[in-house]
Amino acid sequence: MSEYGFEAEGLAKRFGKITALDGVTLAIPRGRVLGLLGPNGAGKTTMIRILATLLRPDGGRASVAGFDVVRHPARVRERIALSGQHTSVDEELTGLANLVMIGQLLDLPRRQARHRAGELLSRFGLDEAAGRLVAGYSGGMRRRLDLAASLVGHPEVIFLDEPSVGLDPGKREELWQLIRGLRADGVTILLTTQYLEEADTLADAIAVIDHGQAIASGTPADLKRQVGGHTIAVRLNDPADTEAAVKILTAVADRIPERSGRHELAVPVAGDAEFFEITARLHDQAIGVSELSLRLPSLDEAFRALTGKAAQ
Amino acid sequence: MTATTQPNVRPLAWLRHSLVLARRSLAKTTRNPGPIINGVVTPALFMICFLYLFGGSVAGSTDAYLQYLFPGILVIGAGLSGMVSTGTNINVDLKNGVTDRFRSLPISRLAPLLGSVLADLVRYLLAVTILFGIGVILGFRVHGSVAAALAAAGLAILFGFCLSWASVFIAVLARDANTVLAVSFITFLPLQFGTSVAAPTETLPGWLQTWAAINPVTPVMDACRALLNGTPVGGSLATALIWCAALFVGFCPLAVSAYGRRQ
Repeated sequence: MSEYGFEAEGLAKRFGKITALDGVTLAIPRGRVLGLLGPNGAGKTTMIRILATLLRPDGGRASVAGFDVVRHPARVRERIALSGQHTSVDEELTGLANLVMIGQLLDLPRRQARHRAGELLSRFGLDEAAGRLVAGYSGGMRRRLDLAASLVGHPEVIFLDEPSVGLDPGKREELWQLIRGLRADGVTILLTTQYLEEADTLADAIAVIDHGQAIASGTPADLKRQVGGHTIAVRLNDPADTEAAVKILTAVADRIPERSGRHELAVPVAGDAEFFEITARLHDQAIGVSELSLRLPSLDEAFRALTGKAAQ
Repeated sequence: MTATTQPNVRPLAWLRHSLVLARRSLAKTTRNPGPIINGVVTPALFMICFLYLFGGSVAGSTDAYLQYLFPGILVIGAGLSGMVSTGTNINVDLKNGVTDRFRSLPISRLAPLLGSVLADLVRYLLAVTILFGIGVILGFRVHGSVAAALAAAGLAILFGFCLSWASVFIAVLARDANTVLAVSFITFLPLQFGTSVAAPTETLPGWLQTWAAINPVTPVMDACRALLNGTPVGGSLATALIWCAALFVGFCPLAVSAYGRRQ
Protein backbone atom coordinates (compact mmCIF):
# COMPACT_ATOMS: atom_id res chain seq x y z
CA MET A 1 0.00 0.00 0.00
CA SER A 2 1.45 3.30 -1.03
CA GLU A 3 2.20 5.74 1.74
CA TYR A 4 0.90 8.52 -0.47
CA GLY A 5 -2.73 9.48 -0.87
CA PHE A 6 -1.73 10.63 -4.30
CA GLU A 7 1.41 11.68 -6.07
CA ALA A 8 2.15 13.31 -9.39
CA GLU A 9 5.46 13.54 -11.16
CA GLY A 10 6.19 15.89 -14.03
CA LEU A 11 2.52 16.00 -15.00
CA ALA A 12 1.89 17.80 -18.28
CA LYS A 13 -1.27 18.59 -20.20
CA ARG A 14 -1.89 20.74 -23.25
CA PHE A 15 -5.17 21.85 -24.79
CA GLY A 16 -4.30 22.82 -28.33
CA LYS A 17 -1.78 25.61 -28.01
CA ILE A 18 -2.47 26.25 -24.34
CA THR A 19 -0.21 24.52 -21.86
CA ALA A 20 -2.39 23.88 -18.83
CA LEU A 21 0.18 21.87 -16.87
CA ASP A 22 3.88 22.08 -17.49
CA GLY A 23 5.54 19.39 -15.40
CA VAL A 24 3.87 19.52 -12.00
CA THR A 25 5.25 17.33 -9.23
CA LEU A 26 3.40 17.05 -5.94
CA ALA A 27 2.46 14.44 -3.36
CA ILE A 28 0.63 14.14 -0.08
CA PRO A 29 0.75 11.36 2.52
CA ARG A 30 -2.44 9.41 3.20
CA GLY A 31 -4.89 11.09 5.49
CA ARG A 32 -3.60 14.59 4.90
CA VAL A 33 -4.99 17.65 3.18
CA LEU A 34 -3.10 19.27 0.32
CA GLY A 35 -4.20 22.74 -0.63
CA LEU A 36 -3.60 23.57 -4.26
CA LEU A 37 -3.42 27.29 -4.54
CA GLY A 38 -3.29 29.42 -7.61
CA PRO A 39 -5.02 32.14 -9.61
CA ASN A 40 -7.71 31.42 -12.20
CA GLY A 41 -6.34 29.44 -15.10
CA ALA A 42 -3.26 28.29 -13.20
CA GLY A 43 -4.05 24.62 -13.90
CA LYS A 44 -5.72 23.63 -10.63
CA THR A 45 -8.81 22.12 -12.20
CA THR A 46 -6.78 20.33 -14.87
CA MET A 47 -4.70 18.80 -12.10
CA ILE A 48 -7.80 17.52 -10.32
CA ARG A 49 -9.35 16.20 -13.52
CA ILE A 50 -6.23 14.19 -14.32
CA LEU A 51 -6.02 12.74 -10.82
CA ALA A 52 -9.75 11.91 -10.94
CA THR A 53 -9.20 10.04 -14.26
CA LEU A 54 -11.39 12.45 -16.23
CA LEU A 55 -8.46 13.60 -18.34
CA ARG A 56 -5.40 11.76 -19.59
CA PRO A 57 -2.10 13.53 -19.05
CA ASP A 58 0.16 14.19 -22.04
CA GLY A 59 3.27 13.63 -19.99
CA GLY A 60 4.47 12.58 -16.56
CA ARG A 61 2.71 10.13 -14.30
CA ALA A 62 0.33 10.21 -11.40
CA SER A 63 -1.05 7.68 -8.98
CA VAL A 64 -3.92 7.88 -6.55
CA ALA A 65 -4.25 5.54 -3.54
CA GLY A 66 -1.36 3.58 -5.03
CA PHE A 67 -2.83 3.09 -8.51
CA ASP A 68 -1.62 4.70 -11.70
CA VAL A 69 -4.34 6.95 -13.14
CA VAL A 70 -3.62 5.98 -16.75
CA ARG A 71 -3.00 2.26 -16.35
CA HIS A 72 -5.60 1.47 -13.69
CA PRO A 73 -8.31 4.14 -13.93
CA ALA A 74 -11.04 1.70 -12.79
CA ARG A 75 -9.19 0.94 -9.56
CA VAL A 76 -8.59 4.63 -8.96
CA ARG A 77 -12.30 5.33 -9.47
CA GLU A 78 -13.19 2.78 -6.79
CA ARG A 79 -11.23 4.79 -4.26
CA ILE A 80 -11.92 8.41 -5.06
CA ALA A 81 -14.70 10.93 -5.02
CA LEU A 82 -14.96 14.22 -6.81
CA SER A 83 -16.77 17.26 -5.61
CA GLY A 84 -16.81 19.80 -8.35
CA GLN A 85 -16.57 23.50 -8.76
CA HIS A 86 -20.02 23.31 -10.27
CA THR A 87 -22.18 21.25 -8.01
CA SER A 88 -22.45 17.79 -9.42
CA VAL A 89 -25.80 16.74 -8.06
CA ASP A 90 -28.96 16.35 -10.11
CA GLU A 91 -31.19 19.36 -9.61
CA GLU A 92 -34.29 17.63 -10.84
CA LEU A 93 -34.11 14.88 -8.24
CA THR A 94 -34.62 15.08 -4.50
CA GLY A 95 -31.62 15.12 -2.18
CA LEU A 96 -32.46 11.60 -1.05
CA ALA A 97 -32.86 10.31 -4.63
CA ASN A 98 -29.45 11.74 -5.55
CA LEU A 99 -27.69 9.88 -2.76
CA VAL A 100 -29.61 6.63 -3.25
CA MET A 101 -28.73 6.72 -6.94
CA ILE A 102 -25.02 7.11 -6.19
CA GLY A 103 -25.26 4.25 -3.67
CA GLN A 104 -26.85 1.99 -6.25
CA LEU A 105 -24.24 2.92 -8.83
CA LEU A 106 -21.68 1.83 -6.23
CA ASP A 107 -23.43 -1.55 -6.06
CA LEU A 108 -25.10 -1.10 -2.70
CA PRO A 109 -28.40 -2.97 -2.51
CA ARG A 110 -31.35 -0.58 -2.52
CA ARG A 111 -32.03 -0.94 1.21
CA GLN A 112 -28.39 -0.24 2.10
CA ALA A 113 -28.23 2.63 -0.36
CA ARG A 114 -31.22 4.21 1.39
CA HIS A 115 -29.66 3.61 4.78
CA ARG A 116 -26.36 5.19 3.75
CA ALA A 117 -28.19 8.13 2.17
CA GLY A 118 -30.17 8.73 5.37
CA GLU A 119 -26.99 8.56 7.44
CA LEU A 120 -25.25 11.16 5.29
CA LEU A 121 -28.27 13.44 5.08
CA SER A 122 -28.38 13.60 8.90
CA ARG A 123 -24.66 14.13 9.17
CA PHE A 124 -24.88 17.05 6.77
CA GLY A 125 -27.99 18.55 8.34
CA LEU A 126 -30.20 17.85 5.35
CA ASP A 127 -32.79 15.61 7.02
CA GLU A 128 -35.63 18.00 6.47
CA ALA A 129 -34.73 18.78 2.87
CA ALA A 130 -34.24 15.12 1.94
CA GLY A 131 -37.54 14.81 0.10
CA ARG A 132 -37.33 18.13 -1.73
CA LEU A 133 -36.00 18.73 -5.24
CA VAL A 134 -32.41 19.97 -5.22
CA ALA A 135 -33.45 22.81 -7.55
CA GLY A 136 -35.01 24.46 -4.50
CA TYR A 137 -31.91 24.11 -2.31
CA SER A 138 -29.78 27.07 -1.27
CA GLY A 139 -26.15 27.26 -2.40
CA GLY A 140 -24.89 26.04 0.96
CA MET A 141 -27.30 23.09 0.99
CA ARG A 142 -26.26 22.04 -2.49
CA ARG A 143 -22.63 22.14 -1.53
CA ARG A 144 -23.34 19.98 1.50
CA LEU A 145 -25.35 17.52 -0.59
CA ASP A 146 -22.54 17.42 -3.12
CA LEU A 147 -20.07 16.60 -0.39
CA ALA A 148 -22.45 13.98 1.00
CA ALA A 149 -22.71 12.43 -2.47
CA SER A 150 -18.92 12.18 -2.53
CA LEU A 151 -18.90 10.21 0.70
CA VAL A 152 -21.45 7.54 -0.19
CA GLY A 153 -18.75 5.08 -1.24
CA HIS A 154 -16.34 5.73 1.66
CA PRO A 155 -13.61 7.09 -0.63
CA GLU A 156 -9.96 7.04 0.39
CA VAL A 157 -9.20 10.21 -1.53
CA ILE A 158 -11.49 13.16 -2.16
CA PHE A 159 -10.92 15.91 -4.69
CA LEU A 160 -12.57 19.18 -3.78
CA ASP A 161 -12.43 21.68 -6.58
CA GLU A 162 -12.97 25.15 -5.11
CA PRO A 163 -15.54 23.89 -2.62
CA SER A 164 -16.42 27.23 -1.08
CA VAL A 165 -16.80 29.37 -4.20
CA GLY A 166 -19.94 31.44 -3.92
CA LEU A 167 -20.66 30.66 -0.28
CA ASP A 168 -21.10 33.43 2.22
CA PRO A 169 -18.62 33.50 5.12
CA GLY A 170 -20.89 31.72 7.60
CA LYS A 171 -21.58 28.87 5.19
CA ARG A 172 -17.92 28.68 4.33
CA GLU A 173 -17.04 28.13 7.99
CA GLU A 174 -19.68 25.41 8.14
CA LEU A 175 -18.18 23.69 5.10
CA TRP A 176 -14.71 23.91 6.61
CA GLN A 177 -15.97 22.08 9.67
CA LEU A 178 -17.27 19.29 7.45
CA ILE A 179 -13.95 19.09 5.62
CA ARG A 180 -12.06 18.92 8.92
CA GLY A 181 -14.40 16.08 9.85
CA LEU A 182 -13.38 14.18 6.71
CA ARG A 183 -9.73 14.59 7.55
CA ALA A 184 -10.43 13.29 11.04
CA ASP A 185 -11.92 10.20 9.37
CA GLY A 186 -8.58 9.60 7.67
CA VAL A 187 -9.56 10.69 4.16
CA THR A 188 -6.85 12.16 1.95
CA ILE A 189 -8.03 15.45 0.47
CA LEU A 190 -6.88 17.55 -2.44
CA LEU A 191 -8.44 20.94 -2.16
CA THR A 192 -8.09 23.63 -4.77
CA THR A 193 -8.84 27.14 -3.75
CA GLN A 194 -8.24 30.75 -4.52
CA TYR A 195 -8.80 31.64 -0.90
CA LEU A 196 -5.54 31.78 0.98
CA GLU A 197 -7.39 31.73 4.24
CA GLU A 198 -9.05 28.49 3.25
CA ALA A 199 -5.77 26.77 2.42
CA ASP A 200 -4.22 28.15 5.60
CA THR A 201 -6.98 26.85 7.82
CA LEU A 202 -7.57 23.44 6.20
CA ALA A 203 -4.38 22.24 4.57
CA ASP A 204 -1.47 20.32 6.06
CA ALA A 205 0.56 21.25 3.04
CA ILE A 206 0.19 23.76 0.27
CA ALA A 207 1.36 23.74 -3.31
CA VAL A 208 1.21 26.98 -5.23
CA ILE A 209 0.79 26.64 -8.97
CA ASP A 210 0.87 29.32 -11.57
CA HIS A 211 1.00 29.02 -15.36
CA GLY A 212 0.92 25.25 -15.06
CA GLN A 213 3.96 25.01 -12.83
CA ALA A 214 4.34 24.34 -9.13
CA ILE A 215 6.21 27.39 -7.96
CA ALA A 216 6.33 26.58 -4.25
CA SER A 217 5.23 23.92 -1.81
CA GLY A 218 5.37 23.15 1.86
CA THR A 219 3.39 23.70 5.02
CA PRO A 220 1.64 27.05 5.31
CA ALA A 221 4.37 28.11 7.76
CA ASP A 222 7.11 26.90 5.35
CA LEU A 223 5.67 28.98 2.56
CA LYS A 224 5.53 32.06 4.68
CA ARG A 225 9.12 31.44 5.70
CA GLN A 226 10.21 30.81 2.09
CA VAL A 227 9.04 34.25 1.23
CA GLY A 228 11.36 35.31 3.99
CA GLY A 229 11.37 37.80 6.78
CA HIS A 230 8.94 38.83 9.43
CA THR A 231 6.82 41.89 9.75
CA ILE A 232 6.59 44.19 12.73
CA ALA A 233 3.29 45.95 13.12
CA VAL A 234 2.72 48.76 15.60
CA ARG A 235 -0.57 50.44 16.42
CA LEU A 236 -0.13 53.72 18.27
CA ASN A 237 -2.29 54.99 21.09
CA ASP A 238 -1.78 58.59 20.06
CA PRO A 239 -1.56 59.60 16.39
CA ALA A 240 0.63 62.54 17.48
CA ASP A 241 3.44 60.01 18.07
CA THR A 242 3.39 58.82 14.48
CA GLU A 243 6.36 60.83 13.33
CA ALA A 244 8.55 59.73 16.22
CA ALA A 245 7.54 56.11 15.73
CA VAL A 246 8.28 56.25 12.00
CA LYS A 247 11.77 57.53 12.84
CA ILE A 248 12.43 54.65 15.19
CA LEU A 249 11.17 52.00 12.78
CA THR A 250 13.10 53.50 9.88
CA ALA A 251 16.27 53.64 11.91
CA VAL A 252 16.08 50.06 13.16
CA ALA A 253 14.64 48.29 10.12
CA ASP A 254 16.53 50.44 7.66
CA ARG A 255 13.30 50.82 5.66
CA ILE A 256 10.47 53.28 5.67
CA PRO A 257 7.44 51.66 7.33
CA GLU A 258 4.17 51.27 5.53
CA ARG A 259 1.13 52.93 7.03
CA SER A 260 -1.54 50.31 6.99
CA GLY A 261 -4.82 51.34 8.45
CA ARG A 262 -5.37 53.85 11.18
CA HIS A 263 -2.34 54.72 13.27
CA GLU A 264 -0.77 51.45 12.23
CA LEU A 265 2.76 51.09 10.94
CA ALA A 266 4.26 47.93 9.48
CA VAL A 267 7.77 47.20 8.37
CA PRO A 268 9.53 44.01 7.24
CA VAL A 269 12.50 42.96 9.34
CA ALA A 270 15.02 40.12 9.26
CA GLY A 271 14.27 38.62 12.67
CA ASP A 272 13.38 39.14 16.31
CA ALA A 273 16.45 41.24 17.24
CA GLU A 274 14.92 44.25 15.51
CA PHE A 275 11.66 43.62 17.30
CA PHE A 276 13.26 43.92 20.74
CA GLU A 277 15.26 46.94 19.67
CA ILE A 278 12.16 48.72 18.44
CA THR A 279 10.25 47.77 21.59
CA ALA A 280 13.02 49.21 23.76
CA ARG A 281 13.22 52.48 21.84
CA LEU A 282 9.45 53.00 21.84
CA HIS A 283 9.53 52.44 25.60
CA ASP A 284 12.43 54.88 26.06
CA GLN A 285 10.53 57.63 24.28
CA ALA A 286 7.34 56.79 26.14
CA ILE A 287 5.35 56.14 22.95
CA GLY A 288 2.23 54.25 23.91
CA VAL A 289 1.07 51.35 21.73
CA SER A 290 -2.22 49.48 21.69
CA GLU A 291 -0.89 46.64 19.52
CA LEU A 292 2.60 45.45 18.81
CA SER A 293 3.35 42.29 16.85
CA LEU A 294 6.04 40.29 15.13
CA ARG A 295 4.60 37.93 12.60
CA LEU A 296 5.36 35.84 9.52
CA PRO A 297 3.92 37.27 6.33
CA SER A 298 0.32 36.24 5.63
CA LEU A 299 -0.26 33.63 2.98
CA ASP A 300 -1.65 36.46 0.94
CA GLU A 301 1.66 38.29 1.06
CA ALA A 302 3.51 35.01 0.41
CA PHE A 303 1.38 34.33 -2.64
CA ARG A 304 1.95 37.82 -3.97
CA ALA A 305 5.68 37.49 -3.50
CA LEU A 306 5.72 34.05 -5.19
CA THR A 307 3.58 34.78 -8.21
CA GLY A 308 4.42 38.43 -8.54
CA LYS A 309 0.76 39.38 -8.48
CA ALA A 310 -2.00 39.89 -6.00
CA ALA A 311 -4.15 36.94 -5.05
CA GLN A 312 -7.62 37.22 -6.48
CA MET B 1 -12.18 2.23 3.94
CA THR B 2 -11.61 -1.34 2.79
CA ALA B 3 -9.04 -1.38 0.01
CA THR B 4 -9.47 -4.51 -2.04
CA THR B 5 -6.72 -4.98 -4.56
CA GLN B 6 -9.00 -6.58 -7.15
CA PRO B 7 -11.55 -4.37 -8.84
CA ASN B 8 -15.09 -5.56 -8.15
CA VAL B 9 -16.07 -7.35 -11.31
CA ARG B 10 -19.73 -8.24 -11.08
CA PRO B 11 -21.68 -9.76 -13.93
CA LEU B 12 -23.93 -7.39 -15.85
CA ALA B 13 -22.91 -4.46 -13.68
CA TRP B 14 -23.12 -2.22 -16.76
CA LEU B 15 -26.74 -3.22 -17.31
CA ARG B 16 -27.69 -2.75 -13.65
CA HIS B 17 -26.03 0.67 -13.57
CA SER B 18 -27.75 1.61 -16.82
CA LEU B 19 -31.11 0.70 -15.32
CA VAL B 20 -30.41 2.82 -12.22
CA LEU B 21 -29.64 5.74 -14.51
CA ALA B 22 -32.67 5.01 -16.69
CA ARG B 23 -34.84 5.29 -13.61
CA ARG B 24 -33.24 8.65 -12.86
CA SER B 25 -34.13 9.85 -16.34
CA LEU B 26 -37.72 8.58 -16.06
CA ALA B 27 -38.19 10.19 -12.66
CA LYS B 28 -37.47 13.48 -14.38
CA THR B 29 -39.88 12.74 -17.23
CA THR B 30 -42.78 12.33 -14.84
CA ARG B 31 -42.07 15.86 -13.60
CA ASN B 32 -41.46 17.27 -17.03
CA PRO B 33 -43.59 15.40 -19.56
CA GLY B 34 -42.89 17.93 -22.34
CA PRO B 35 -40.75 15.64 -24.51
CA ILE B 36 -43.39 12.89 -24.46
CA ILE B 37 -46.16 15.31 -25.36
CA ASN B 38 -43.92 16.60 -28.14
CA GLY B 39 -43.22 13.06 -29.32
CA VAL B 40 -46.96 12.36 -29.59
CA VAL B 41 -48.47 15.66 -30.58
CA THR B 42 -46.05 16.45 -33.42
CA PRO B 43 -46.56 13.20 -35.37
CA ALA B 44 -50.30 13.26 -34.59
CA LEU B 45 -50.54 16.74 -36.10
CA PHE B 46 -48.58 15.63 -39.18
CA MET B 47 -50.98 12.72 -39.52
CA ILE B 48 -54.08 14.85 -39.27
CA CYS B 49 -52.73 17.47 -41.73
CA PHE B 50 -51.66 14.91 -44.33
CA LEU B 51 -54.80 12.90 -43.89
CA TYR B 52 -57.31 15.64 -44.51
CA LEU B 53 -55.21 17.68 -46.95
CA PHE B 54 -54.09 14.90 -49.28
CA GLY B 55 -56.26 11.93 -48.40
CA GLY B 56 -58.77 12.60 -51.11
CA SER B 57 -56.31 13.24 -53.93
CA VAL B 58 -53.72 10.59 -53.04
CA ALA B 59 -55.92 7.64 -52.13
CA GLY B 60 -59.39 8.71 -53.17
CA SER B 61 -60.66 8.87 -49.58
CA THR B 62 -59.30 9.77 -46.18
CA ASP B 63 -60.18 6.32 -44.84
CA ALA B 64 -58.16 4.55 -47.48
CA TYR B 65 -55.29 7.03 -47.04
CA LEU B 66 -55.18 6.54 -43.28
CA GLN B 67 -54.45 2.82 -43.83
CA TYR B 68 -51.46 3.89 -45.89
CA LEU B 69 -50.31 6.87 -43.84
CA PHE B 70 -50.62 5.66 -40.24
CA PRO B 71 -47.74 3.11 -40.14
CA GLY B 72 -45.26 5.73 -41.34
CA ILE B 73 -46.51 8.18 -38.71
CA LEU B 74 -45.93 5.50 -36.08
CA VAL B 75 -42.29 5.27 -37.16
CA ILE B 76 -41.95 9.05 -37.07
CA GLY B 77 -43.44 9.04 -33.56
CA ALA B 78 -40.83 6.61 -32.28
CA GLY B 79 -38.02 8.27 -34.21
CA LEU B 80 -38.85 11.81 -33.17
CA SER B 81 -38.68 11.15 -29.43
CA GLY B 82 -35.33 9.46 -29.90
CA MET B 83 -33.82 12.03 -32.21
CA VAL B 84 -34.81 15.06 -30.24
CA SER B 85 -35.12 14.33 -26.53
CA THR B 86 -32.30 11.78 -26.10
CA GLY B 87 -29.73 14.11 -27.59
CA THR B 88 -30.75 17.21 -25.70
CA ASN B 89 -31.01 15.35 -22.37
CA ILE B 90 -27.53 13.94 -22.70
CA ASN B 91 -26.08 17.24 -23.78
CA VAL B 92 -27.64 19.02 -20.81
CA ASP B 93 -26.16 16.38 -18.50
CA LEU B 94 -22.74 16.89 -20.03
CA LYS B 95 -22.96 20.60 -19.36
CA ASN B 96 -23.46 20.32 -15.64
CA GLY B 97 -21.26 18.56 -13.12
CA VAL B 98 -23.32 15.36 -12.94
CA THR B 99 -21.37 13.85 -15.81
CA ASP B 100 -18.08 14.45 -14.03
CA ARG B 101 -19.43 12.56 -11.08
CA PHE B 102 -20.62 9.66 -13.24
CA ARG B 103 -17.29 9.52 -15.02
CA SER B 104 -15.39 9.44 -11.75
CA LEU B 105 -17.49 6.52 -10.45
CA PRO B 106 -16.37 2.94 -10.99
CA ILE B 107 -19.11 2.29 -13.56
CA SER B 108 -18.97 1.54 -17.27
CA ARG B 109 -18.75 4.55 -19.54
CA LEU B 110 -21.63 2.99 -21.45
CA ALA B 111 -24.00 3.17 -18.46
CA PRO B 112 -24.93 6.89 -18.45
CA LEU B 113 -25.62 6.83 -22.19
CA LEU B 114 -27.44 3.51 -22.23
CA GLY B 115 -29.44 4.59 -19.18
CA SER B 116 -30.70 7.64 -21.00
CA VAL B 117 -31.53 5.65 -24.13
CA LEU B 118 -33.29 2.92 -22.15
CA ALA B 119 -35.46 5.53 -20.46
CA ASP B 120 -36.35 6.77 -23.92
CA LEU B 121 -37.47 3.26 -24.81
CA VAL B 122 -40.26 3.70 -22.27
CA ARG B 123 -41.06 7.04 -23.87
CA TYR B 124 -41.30 5.49 -27.36
CA LEU B 125 -43.57 2.80 -25.99
CA LEU B 126 -45.83 5.47 -24.56
CA ALA B 127 -45.69 7.55 -27.76
CA VAL B 128 -46.47 4.54 -29.95
CA THR B 129 -49.34 3.45 -27.70
CA ILE B 130 -50.95 6.88 -27.67
CA LEU B 131 -50.47 7.28 -31.42
CA PHE B 132 -52.13 3.90 -31.93
CA GLY B 133 -55.07 5.12 -29.90
CA ILE B 134 -55.35 8.28 -31.99
CA GLY B 135 -55.04 6.25 -35.20
CA VAL B 136 -57.86 3.92 -34.16
CA ILE B 137 -60.08 6.85 -33.22
CA LEU B 138 -59.49 8.39 -36.67
CA GLY B 139 -60.52 5.09 -38.24
CA PHE B 140 -57.35 3.09 -38.70
CA ARG B 141 -57.91 -0.67 -38.62
CA VAL B 142 -55.28 -3.39 -38.20
CA HIS B 143 -55.71 -5.94 -40.99
CA GLY B 144 -52.81 -8.16 -40.05
CA SER B 145 -52.65 -10.52 -37.07
CA VAL B 146 -52.22 -9.23 -33.52
CA ALA B 147 -48.69 -10.64 -33.54
CA ALA B 148 -47.92 -8.76 -36.74
CA ALA B 149 -49.30 -5.53 -35.26
CA LEU B 150 -47.14 -5.98 -32.19
CA ALA B 151 -44.17 -6.70 -34.44
CA ALA B 152 -44.84 -3.44 -36.30
CA ALA B 153 -44.92 -1.47 -33.05
CA GLY B 154 -41.81 -3.31 -31.86
CA LEU B 155 -39.99 -2.52 -35.10
CA ALA B 156 -40.86 1.18 -34.84
CA ILE B 157 -39.54 1.25 -31.28
CA LEU B 158 -36.42 -0.76 -32.13
CA PHE B 159 -35.67 1.63 -34.94
CA GLY B 160 -36.16 4.62 -32.65
CA PHE B 161 -33.75 3.03 -30.17
CA CYS B 162 -31.06 2.33 -32.78
CA LEU B 163 -31.41 5.71 -34.48
CA SER B 164 -31.14 7.49 -31.13
CA TRP B 165 -27.48 6.38 -30.86
CA ALA B 166 -26.70 8.70 -33.75
CA SER B 167 -28.35 11.45 -31.75
CA VAL B 168 -26.35 10.43 -28.65
CA PHE B 169 -23.13 10.64 -30.65
CA ILE B 170 -24.02 14.14 -31.87
CA ALA B 171 -24.97 15.15 -28.32
CA VAL B 172 -21.61 14.04 -26.92
CA LEU B 173 -19.72 15.97 -29.59
CA ALA B 174 -21.87 19.12 -29.62
CA ARG B 175 -21.11 22.21 -27.59
CA ASP B 176 -24.63 22.94 -26.49
CA ALA B 177 -28.18 21.70 -26.59
CA ASN B 178 -29.16 24.20 -29.29
CA THR B 179 -26.64 22.66 -31.67
CA VAL B 180 -28.10 19.25 -30.93
CA LEU B 181 -31.61 20.50 -31.60
CA ALA B 182 -30.58 22.19 -34.82
CA VAL B 183 -28.78 19.12 -36.15
CA SER B 184 -31.68 16.89 -35.11
CA PHE B 185 -34.26 18.99 -36.89
CA ILE B 186 -32.19 19.46 -40.03
CA THR B 187 -31.67 15.71 -40.33
CA PHE B 188 -35.20 14.92 -39.17
CA LEU B 189 -36.94 16.33 -42.23
CA PRO B 190 -35.11 14.50 -45.02
CA LEU B 191 -34.79 11.38 -42.94
CA GLN B 192 -38.43 11.04 -41.92
CA PHE B 193 -40.21 12.68 -44.86
CA GLY B 194 -37.88 11.72 -47.70
CA THR B 195 -39.50 8.31 -47.52
CA SER B 196 -42.62 6.42 -48.42
CA VAL B 197 -44.46 8.03 -45.49
CA ALA B 198 -46.95 10.13 -47.45
CA ALA B 199 -47.05 8.39 -50.82
CA PRO B 200 -45.50 5.33 -52.51
CA THR B 201 -41.93 6.12 -53.58
CA GLU B 202 -42.77 5.39 -57.25
CA THR B 203 -44.81 8.60 -57.30
CA LEU B 204 -41.91 10.77 -56.12
CA PRO B 205 -39.63 12.76 -58.47
CA GLY B 206 -36.47 10.94 -59.53
CA TRP B 207 -33.97 12.54 -57.16
CA LEU B 208 -36.28 12.03 -54.21
CA GLN B 209 -36.92 8.45 -55.28
CA THR B 210 -33.18 7.83 -55.18
CA TRP B 211 -32.93 9.31 -51.72
CA ALA B 212 -35.99 7.45 -50.43
CA ALA B 213 -34.55 4.21 -51.77
CA ILE B 214 -31.33 4.53 -49.77
CA ASN B 215 -32.96 6.17 -46.74
CA PRO B 216 -33.03 3.64 -43.86
CA VAL B 217 -36.39 4.95 -42.68
CA THR B 218 -38.17 3.81 -45.89
CA PRO B 219 -37.83 0.04 -45.34
CA VAL B 220 -38.88 0.47 -41.68
CA MET B 221 -42.04 2.27 -42.77
CA ASP B 222 -42.69 -0.23 -45.56
CA ALA B 223 -42.32 -3.15 -43.18
CA CYS B 224 -44.59 -1.57 -40.57
CA ARG B 225 -47.18 -0.79 -43.23
CA ALA B 226 -47.16 -4.34 -44.57
CA LEU B 227 -47.37 -5.84 -41.06
CA LEU B 228 -50.28 -3.63 -40.04
CA ASN B 229 -52.20 -3.98 -43.29
CA GLY B 230 -51.61 -7.71 -43.62
CA THR B 231 -49.86 -7.38 -46.98
CA PRO B 232 -46.62 -9.23 -47.89
CA VAL B 233 -43.59 -7.62 -46.21
CA GLY B 234 -41.17 -8.72 -48.92
CA GLY B 235 -37.57 -7.77 -48.25
CA SER B 236 -38.42 -4.61 -46.34
CA LEU B 237 -38.39 -6.25 -42.90
CA ALA B 238 -34.93 -7.77 -43.37
CA THR B 239 -33.58 -4.49 -44.76
CA ALA B 240 -35.09 -2.59 -41.84
CA LEU B 241 -33.52 -4.94 -39.29
CA ILE B 242 -30.14 -4.72 -41.00
CA TRP B 243 -30.34 -0.93 -40.84
CA CYS B 244 -31.26 -1.06 -37.16
CA ALA B 245 -28.24 -3.25 -36.46
CA ALA B 246 -25.97 -1.05 -38.58
CA LEU B 247 -27.05 2.16 -36.83
CA PHE B 248 -26.56 0.59 -33.41
CA VAL B 249 -23.24 -1.08 -34.17
CA GLY B 250 -21.99 2.04 -35.90
CA PHE B 251 -22.98 4.78 -33.50
CA CYS B 252 -23.08 3.16 -30.07
CA PRO B 253 -19.29 2.52 -29.86
CA LEU B 254 -18.58 5.94 -31.40
CA ALA B 255 -20.77 7.63 -28.80
CA VAL B 256 -19.29 5.70 -25.87
CA SER B 257 -15.74 6.37 -26.96
CA ALA B 258 -16.44 10.08 -27.52
CA TYR B 259 -18.05 10.19 -24.07
CA GLY B 260 -14.97 8.64 -22.50
CA ARG B 261 -12.66 11.08 -24.24
CA ARG B 262 -14.71 14.21 -23.67
CA GLN B 263 -12.72 16.76 -21.70
